[in-house]
Amino acid sequence: MTITTNQVCFRTLHLDKPWSLEAYRSVGGYEVWQKILKEKTPPENIISELKTSNLRGRGGAGFPTGLKWSFVPRNKPGQKYVVCNSDEGEPGTFKDRDILRYNPHQLIEGMAIAGYVMNATVGYNYLRGEFIEPFERMEQALQEARELGFVGKNILGSGFDFELHNVLGAGAYICGEETALMDSLEGKKGLPRFKPPFPANFGVYGRPTNINNTESYASVPVILQHGGHWFLDLGIPNNGGTKLFCMSGHINKPGNYEIPLGTPFAKLLEMAGGMKNNRKLKAVIPGGSSVPVLPGETMMQLTMDYDSIAKAGSMLGSGAVIVMDETTCMVKMLARISDFYFEESCGQCTPCREGTGWLARILHRIMHGEGTLKDIDLLDDVADKIMGRTICALGDAAAMPVISFIKYYREEFVYMVENQGKSLCST
Amino acid sequence: MTAQAKTMISPAVLSANARQQIDHWVQKYPPDQKQSAVIAALTIVQDENGGWLTTELMDGVAAYLGMPKIAVYEVATFYTMFELEKVGRHKICVCTNISCMLCGSDEIMQHLKQKLGIDVGQTTEDGKFTLKSVECLAACGGAPMMQIGRDYHEHLTPQKVDDILAGLE
Repeated sequence: MTITTNQVCFRTLHLDKPWSLEAYRSVGGYEVWQKILKEKTPPENIISELKTSNLRGRGGAGFPTGLKWSFVPRNKPGQKYVVCNSDEGEPGTFKDRDILRYNPHQLIEGMAIAGYVMNATVGYNYLRGEFIEPFERMEQALQEARELGFVGKNILGSGFDFELHNVLGAGAYICGEETALMDSLEGKKGLPRFKPPFPANFGVYGRPTNINNTESYASVPVILQHGGHWFLDLGIPNNGGTKLFCMSGHINKPGNYEIPLGTPFAKLLEMAGGMKNNRKLKAVIPGGSSVPVLPGETMMQLTMDYDSIAKAGSMLGSGAVIVMDETTCMVKMLARISDFYFEESCGQCTPCREGTGWLARILHRIMHGEGTLKDIDLLDDVADKIMGRTICALGDAAAMPVISFIKYYREEFVYMVENQGKSLCST
Repeated sequence: MTAQAKTMISPAVLSANARQQIDHWVQKYPPDQKQSAVIAALTIVQDENGGWLTTELMDGVAAYLGMPKIAVYEVATFYTMFELEKVGRHKICVCTNISCMLCGSDEIMQHLKQKLGIDVGQTTEDGKFTLKSVECLAACGGAPMMQIGRDYHEHLTPQKVDDILAGLE
């Protein structure tokens, strides 16, 4: 079985200087944008094409992009915004960085089209503060797009204005949450907002705003170039198109793989060079640190798409696939994950602010040989009390790994408690 | 306090160069939303001040952007890239999150601690290096990795770490 790779967001990757304007034009870049402006394509048609394509949000939630675009009241008077979430920070995820570095023009074209569809004349691309190299690539591409008149005032004589700005954060995982990102963009601490109202009606500066992930926007020009059905058919029903999978952990060829949704995990693992040192596959986190872990044997039966992974009790998330071999101590893994959520909780909601600290402290107690068997149940109990009781999904994200690690690897936690902090995997 | 008094506080602590750079960022936002540029402004003045923020500089940013001081302090204390105490000329940020951990970040961190003779969060006596443990920097395909200044360094080994540090002034 041969898998065709790099058909959408990575379509320039094989070219010399894949980020250059020349490379992007050579694959038909900006032709869709020019056509839309020239023909004054009705926005409804573009939304309809996206709905046909079955493009689902690539940031983690998988919400249908076409449907999201239809929520913004495009005819409401006043300023509207399109925002790109390039605040990539979900542990295990490193795909948006490569889109920003290697195909910046495609993101610009995707955002410009979104601006046209939603009648939003200003766009912000919010990159995490550490992304200096990607930011400079984006700035250079934006400059080139401006010079060609693809961005700016009265674009190509169409009467439509679209100004785009690249902006930087300064280190906060929570700003990847869409409403926290908006607060950050406004010059505040990144605190998630209550929803409703949703960004489509009350977003940046209280104005209607559409926010998507980098990969989602960057997919749009290709979908419109080849048609919604083309994209849909790359994947499988209800899971249209391709997706970037970030392969990391105990594998021989870590990296990004853009492959059709529905590709068997076993095939993806093979593409990533298989297991390092020929060790046995133990477990996989299939969609970034926030989603439930799955045992290796379960993963080997699954295909990489939203429905298959969901049916197995986890989530495709951001497409960050973290592979662990038989030597991995699952208690240590979970403790590190819990440290992360404790560090990154914004502190607004008591269950998350306090609960993430409890989780981390209990796990460290167990690792230091001071845990009890009751602590294992306490972990489950605390996680359960965080779930569903917070403004944003960070609480759930902190809880789900705990519940799943204990569900599948309870014996490792028990062993460590009964052996003064010694790991079952070090025997 | 009148607007006049506000602007009198201390924007002068910001250099002409910093003010010019901040102006560039202010233009990205609506005219009545200058405070949106606060993260950029703090980054600019921090870089100019050798990597950390003083209260005076934060007050200068507040005055320049017409914000209450407290609103600037909130931002400066919320985001991890802002330093409120003096740091070394080179801030070594080692990712220790799960993908890097699986690929040996413990060993890299241990090596750095030994080599520099400092613990995480400390600065070498000569003021050259500060060592930090950071969360995922979105380069897990190159794990283990670290960031120094603006640069990402991936696929680290102790030997590679030595070479990178040797190349720093």
